[in-house]
Amino acid sequence: MRIGVGLPNGVPGTSGQLLIEWAKRADEGPFSSLGVVDRLAYDSYDPLSALAVAAAVTSRVRLATTIVISLLRPTGTLAKAAASLDALSGGRLVLGLAVGARREDFEAAGVDYHERGKRLTEQLIALRTLWEEGALSPRTEYPSGPPLLVGGLSDAGFARMARYADGYVHGGGPPRAFARAADKARAAWRDFRRPGQPQIWAQGYFAFGDTAIATGKAYLRDYYAFTGPFAGRIAAELLTTPQAIAQFARGYEEAGCDELVLFPTVPDLDQLAQLANVLNGLGRGAL
Amino acid sequence: MKIVILGGGPAGLYAGLLIKKINPAHDITVLERNAADVTYGWGVVFSDRTLASFQRADARSYEQITNHFVIWDAIDTWYRNERIRCGGHVIASISRKRLLNILQERCCELGVTMHFGCDIADLSQLGTHGDYGNYDLLIAADGINSIVRRAYADHFQPGISQGKARYIWLGTNKVLDSFTFIFRENEHGFFQVHAYPFGGDASTFIVECDEETWLRAGLDKAGEAESIAYCEQLFARDLQGASLFSNNSKWISFPTLKTKNWHYGRIVLLGDAVHTAHFSIGSGTKLAMEDAIALAAALEQHERLEAALNAYELERKPVVETLQRAARESQSYFETLKRHASLEPVPFTFHLLTRSGRITYDDLKLRDVRFGDMVDRWYGQQAAPYATKWGNLDMPFQTRFAPPPMFSPFMLRSLLLLNRVVQSTIIEGMPPAVHVPGITLQEFKARRTGFGRFAWPFCAGAGLVIFEHVAIADDGRITPNDATLSTEEQAEAWRWAVQSLAPISSAKIGIELNHAGRRGATRPRSEGVDRPLRAGAWPLLSASALPYLPYSQVPKAMERADMERVRDEFVRAAHYAELAGFDLLQLNCAHGYLLASFLSPLTNQRSDEYGGSLENRLRFPLEVFEAVRAAWPEAKPLSVALSTSDCVKGGFTVEEAILAARALKEHGCDLITVQVGQTTPEGEPAYGRGFLTAFSDRIRNEAGIPTLVGGYLTSSDEANTILAAGRADLCMMEHV
Repeated sequence: MRIGVGLPNGVPGTSGQLLIEWAKRADEGPFSSLGVVDRLAYDSYDPLSALAVAAAVTSRVRLATTIVISLLRPTGTLAKAAASLDALSGGRLVLGLAVGARREDFEAAGVDYHERGKRLTEQLIALRTLWEEGALSPRTEYPSGPPLLVGGLSDAGFARMARYADGYVHGGGPPRAFARAADKARAAWRDFRRPGQPQIWAQGYFAFGDTAIATGKAYLRDYYAFTGPFAGRIAAELLTTPQAIAQFARGYEEAGCDELVLFPTVPDLDQLAQLANVLNGLGRGAL
Repeated sequence: MKIVILGGGPAGLYAGLLIKKINPAHDITVLERNAADVTYGWGVVFSDRTLASFQRADARSYEQITNHFVIWDAIDTWYRNERIRCGGHVIASISRKRLLNILQERCCELGVTMHFGCDIADLSQLGTHGDYGNYDLLIAADGINSIVRRAYADHFQPGISQGKARYIWLGTNKVLDSFTFIFRENEHGFFQVHAYPFGGDASTFIVECDEETWLRAGLDKAGEAESIAYCEQLFARDLQGASLFSNNSKWISFPTLKTKNWHYGRIVLLGDAVHTAHFSIGSGTKLAMEDAIALAAALEQHERLEAALNAYELERKPVVETLQRAARESQSYFETLKRHASLEPVPFTFHLLTRSGRITYDDLKLRDVRFGDMVDRWYGQQAAPYATKWGNLDMPFQTRFAPPPMFSPFMLRSLLLLNRVVQSTIIEGMPPAVHVPGITLQEFKARRTGFGRFAWPFCAGAGLVIFEHVAIADDGRITPNDATLSTEEQAEAWRWAVQSLAPISSAKIGIELNHAGRRGATRPRSEGVDRPLRAGAWPLLSASALPYLPYSQVPKAMERADMERVRDEFVRAAHYAELAGFDLLQLNCAHGYLLASFLSPLTNQRSDEYGGSLENRLRFPLEVFEAVRAAWPEAKPLSVALSTSDCVKGGFTVEEAILAARALKEHGCDLITVQVGQTTPEGEPAYGRGFLTAFSDRIRNEAGIPTLVGGYLTSSDEANTILAAGRADLCMMEHV
């Protein structure tokens, strides 16, 4: 299992300078990827813009959306933006998509909230076809475009993933919840007789140090306020010690995760340095 | 805090005493409708894990409870007059009345106020009974008919679903030494008893049956005494002279309650007021008391009431939901028990013990090694006829030692599989490229470098390996890379492959013949599924002229001549499969491919004799099956990969699949390979480990035909659990 780190693009108070510096340092290791999250109606940076900036100052790490709410963008626009990012970064883009769960994001984008699953399916097919045909140029690094991951927990979502995508991206939670979702992804993949295994990505949140932990938990409660009381549970699962990171990573690895992206909850470069130390200490620093 | 608890059952009392213990300054009052010594129900059961949590929560009441326990470790199953015992399940029970007495005394000791005979029919009456309306926290532990939950139903959003079976909660003076399931059949139907000891001289005795049986027996019109008389007569052999007693008992159906929100403002729901789980997993009182423990702990940890109630709900809801899922499985098992009446006592018992999916073969073996060995021996005994045939032994075969079920042999016609594990392989894009049409044998042999990858599934230890999705003709391929078996040259190439595998593998080799129908002419699976070819597509056929996806090619609705041609292509491929030396032949009638397109009303909209009724929809697949059966050697098995449900409303259902499987069996089908979904793109099977098992169970036990089941099985424990319970005969395993 590879371990990546999230950019703080969804954490309010992140400056452009910090984001760039964060990306630069992450590229030095031990991380394998930079992840971004997507919210329209929230104090955050656009995920593809954030990755574009990161692409300019990195040469090694993969650039992953985990996830982008693709329906908020017209398909052609998204296909072009992703192809551009892929071409400009030398094929480092991994495009994770999901239907999204917040009505206000759709309202802000002026996009219908209903029948999202059906439209995501159409979008997945169209994206791949546009890339393969190179209709909107530029040519992507690989003829079929960047790897497509799909998130979500519905039965329809797993079928959609297995039919059209290259893998699955999990939304977060304890290793046991991840294991169930990963099994569903692999069961669907196998049922469609897709060759090999789906790429499986997952994510978690971290914060180190008392002040940062308190700030991080408050951020998660705010960020996930739309889930109601569940936000409290997400905050409670914040990874705050090397031990917690070790067990979390171990649990995900055993459940068959290919790449785990750990997201910051505090916009502070020291958090990145501490995470790098923890991973190196765990022997998970290999590039 | 001033806390009012509505309901003096185990949940309410336990919450009262635990919260009082944490902070004696709380002013806590329990209001109970009944008198202190009136109680309904007989005994309640707890597992050892629940008891450990009681000990941590309040050692004093725990001691009292354990002093009055009956503890047992066995579950007995009486079925067809045979008793099978499985030990190692530590369960304890206590009379409900005794439990309440203990909790009441403990409440009294700690200074919790209790008012009995306090019938509150309406929340506004809280104010008129003293000033209970003026609370800081109202704990509603007033049971399934909670007036509090009803008063704020808009906020709590409860949902109740009624069970399909009828049951009556009785007691008996028959002393039992185990948890006992009794199954009896009479002229009215099938009855089951859940019975367990609780008080030293008495046992709980719950009688359950499905609604039709209940009506046929006239129990809908029977009074209390008549019901008891009926049950005493039915279970006379089991009661051995003991009597049954009623405690205001009625025949009811089980209500399962799920509640979206567990608290609202200063009100919180507890126990049966917020959730119920079917009695067959014996968890109602356990869940209620665990709720009380969690609520007390949350109130201790959080200063803000809302934070505490949130924490309580967050902790308990997932636990309860998990248990409710298991209870749902268990409940539906008992509701549809008749389906398993064809099982022999050993698999019947194993099926019963593993019904909720929480206990597996390995668990049972660990709990009771004798039971585990007995299951293995029984399974091995089933293989005995094959064993004698194998060695021409002219003596009765008796298994003393047997391997786990997955390693016992299985016979299909005269084909002996060395074990129950099956692997499938698709040779799309995999060297040696036997699938490339027109390839010469020399070219094929020249590609021997890739033989290792090709041969790998055959060396994995499986008893049978099936080459899937081999097209009967070029226009029957799914993708241009599909293997085909339509020429003598291809048959030679396959023969070479089969012969090359023989010296390196003991696995038998099967081949699945397919025509892709309207799912044909698509790109290789590495690029996604059902994506039409951009160039070089061939015309498609299907039952009706409906494209698979909006942008897919519109297939031609098959005419009589097309049917005859396709049937003949299947027959030709069967001849070649025999020439190539395959041991087993399988026809694909699943996943919306050509044969399956006739089965489903979603894809077959024909108005001729091949559309409409199930009999008509089955006509063409059966014609093909019959023709292939006639062409395929009598001694060799023929199986069908069958869609057992479209997993779409209005589609082909498992009930229809059972009838289809019976028809196939009558025509000489030896095995059904169970599949679901993909008939249309809307199909949504509930993917996950073992997602096909329930379908296989129904086909095998209701159509009476052996089944092969996959559905992402990766461990020997999963396979052994499925096989020992008689839910399938062969397991398709995935490597991880």
